[in-house]
Amino acid sequence: MKLHRPANRHLALAAILLVLPFIIDALFGHGWVRIADFALLYIMLALGLNIVVGYAGLLDLGYIAFFAVGAYTYALLGSPQFGLHWPMWVTLPLGALIACIFGVLLGAPTLKLRGDYLAIVTLGFGEIIRIFLNNLNAPINITNGPQGISGIDALQVGGFSFGESHQWLGVRVDDVHLHYYLFLAFTLLVIFVSRRLEDSRIGRAWVAIREDEVAASAMGINTRNIKLLAFAMGATFGGISGGLFAGFQGFVSPESFSLMESIMILCMVVLGGMGNIGGVVLGGILLVALPELFRNAAGPVQMALLGKVVVDPESLRMLMFGLALILVMLWRPAGLWPSTQRRRELNAEEGA
Amino acid sequence: MDIFFQQIINGLVQGSVYALVALGYTMVYGILGLINFAHGEVVMIGAMIALAVLQALLAAAFSPVLAVLMSLLVAMAVCMALGYSIERVAYRPLRNAPRLAPLITAIGVSIVLQNLAMMIWGREYHAFTLPFNNASHEVGGAIVNDVQIGIVVVALIIMAGLLWLVHHSRMGRAMRAVAENPSAATLMGVDINRVISNTFMLGSALAAIAGFMVSVNYGIVHYYMGFMLGLKAFTAAVLGGIGNLRGAMLGGVLLGLIESLGAGYIGDLTGGFLGSHYQDVFAFFVLIAVLIFRPSGLLGEKLAERA
Repeated sequence: MKLHRPANRHLALAAILLVLPFIIDALFGHGWVRIADFALLYIMLALGLNIVVGYAGLLDLGYIAFFAVGAYTYALLGSPQFGLHWPMWVTLPLGALIACIFGVLLGAPTLKLRGDYLAIVTLGFGEIIRIFLNNLNAPINITNGPQGISGIDALQVGGFSFGESHQWLGVRVDDVHLHYYLFLAFTLLVIFVSRRLEDSRIGRAWVAIREDEVAASAMGINTRNIKLLAFAMGATFGGISGGLFAGFQGFVSPESFSLMESIMILCMVVLGGMGNIGGVVLGGILLVALPELFRNAAGPVQMALLGKVVVDPESLRMLMFGLALILVMLWRPAGLWPSTQRRRELNAEEGA
Repeated sequence: MDIFFQQIINGLVQGSVYALVALGYTMVYGILGLINFAHGEVVMIGAMIALAVLQALLAAAFSPVLAVLMSLLVAMAVCMALGYSIERVAYRPLRNAPRLAPLITAIGVSIVLQNLAMMIWGREYHAFTLPFNNASHEVGGAIVNDVQIGIVVVALIIMAGLLWLVHHSRMGRAMRAVAENPSAATLMGVDINRVISNTFMLGSALAAIAGFMVSVNYGIVHYYMGFMLGLKAFTAAVLGGIGNLRGAMLGGVLLGLIESLGAGYIGDLTGGFLGSHYQDVFAFFVLIAVLIFRPSGLLGEKLAERA
């Protein structure tokens, strides 16, 4: 933490974050608090991917697989599927650990590959996981196939469940609000870890590998271990948010873990500003909120302008989303909020 | 043994289509070092346009042969225009931007094209049949029809033509020069922008043909058909060694064969534990295995370290 910053700024930010769900609820309604919860989950995912892509420069197109591993670990150990109801403080870390192991399993054989070869292998890995989840219902039913697993236990610590409303001092706090605070706590933890990593020996080693692998290894960096560490760290974050997702939704199915999801998370990282935590957070918020905004706007705007719904609002929404991606990237190629280091590099290139 | 031969034929047909699409990926990659994520959608648009034109011409009582040829030509022209515009709008302004920026615009273009197609043609599957009698022949216990023979023959002719174009024509020489070293090529008087535009148009024309082929082979078109096809074709290009034309051809045909043989035999291999719906898993496993032992693909040159 930078101490020279005024402490009251942090206090103000904390206060805003604390009352935010109530403001959102009052202004836009309950549904948007739920969207805020999802935004936090995606921010966690984006920050995890940011370690792999943003810091270490390894293009991973199958990142959602780790999210899936975390989610399915939580779901299988806390649902009627096997009749197991393990507590969250066991399943969440276990999901993170298994995701981490998968990260190393994927990383180990692919370390030799670089750039776009790595991208296609990670993409294939993501698809393999999804196809297995989709088909492991026969001959032995493990994942329940395309139907997915439902009736997953709510997130619960001790006797306190995040899945139901609570009454404190006359104020009713709903489950979406409770999840907001839980996810906020995890997001802040992930941000804290990312922050600390960024300026650490490991973080600098990642950046060195991203910039020039040969030079990095000549400087005595064990490139193999450091790259594996990036994969493992990113996967761990993915696994944690996967577990939270399963507990929040109460339902998981392979559909939630398609390639498009991996691509969306990558878009959050790149659009926001690769390698910069603030940028990634911004990217996560925007890419969750924008499609929802378009969803609410696509129908009514047509009604107002043309008097009837001419174009299917769902495809119009995605069309606008695609256009937004193109325009933002053309307007700010380094992302909306690039890291200072990248900005310097870009300026240097322009000057040369 | 009959199944084996049948799967080989199916694999060759599918592989020819993969190869044509993979060529589009590999040419762009060779010159720009860019994964053109929107290429699969260009294939889909080609198929859709071909179907629309074919139906219109047949309704206007054109002769079947003329209608098919015209629809193919129109689809190629539309796709070339599309490929040209994609490059101009989404890639050219970002040529000196960070490496991942054009990847995101490519994804944006892909989303836009997919949803445009969905608005125009709807979510449903459309039947796509040729106005000819598609006779089946029995060869050594396996069945092969005229369309399949046509696909393989046409694909072979096109690939031979492309190799000739790239290695013996003036335009091909310019393409190879830009791929080798863009700044040196500029010094030699090569107009890089034109070469890149040409490459995109060439790849898109191949995509239109591939879209036509895959549609008549399966008999259906759908707004979502380009995504998985594009993914497989890109996989094929990487398998063969991306940036290498012969590699894309080999990779495409190999991937087609691996997939169909995998789908045919995976059940026997695993004692019935894994069924044919694991065919995609099989393809990706082979890809990963190949890349572990040959990190730059089957025919890829050993690349020097490039950031």
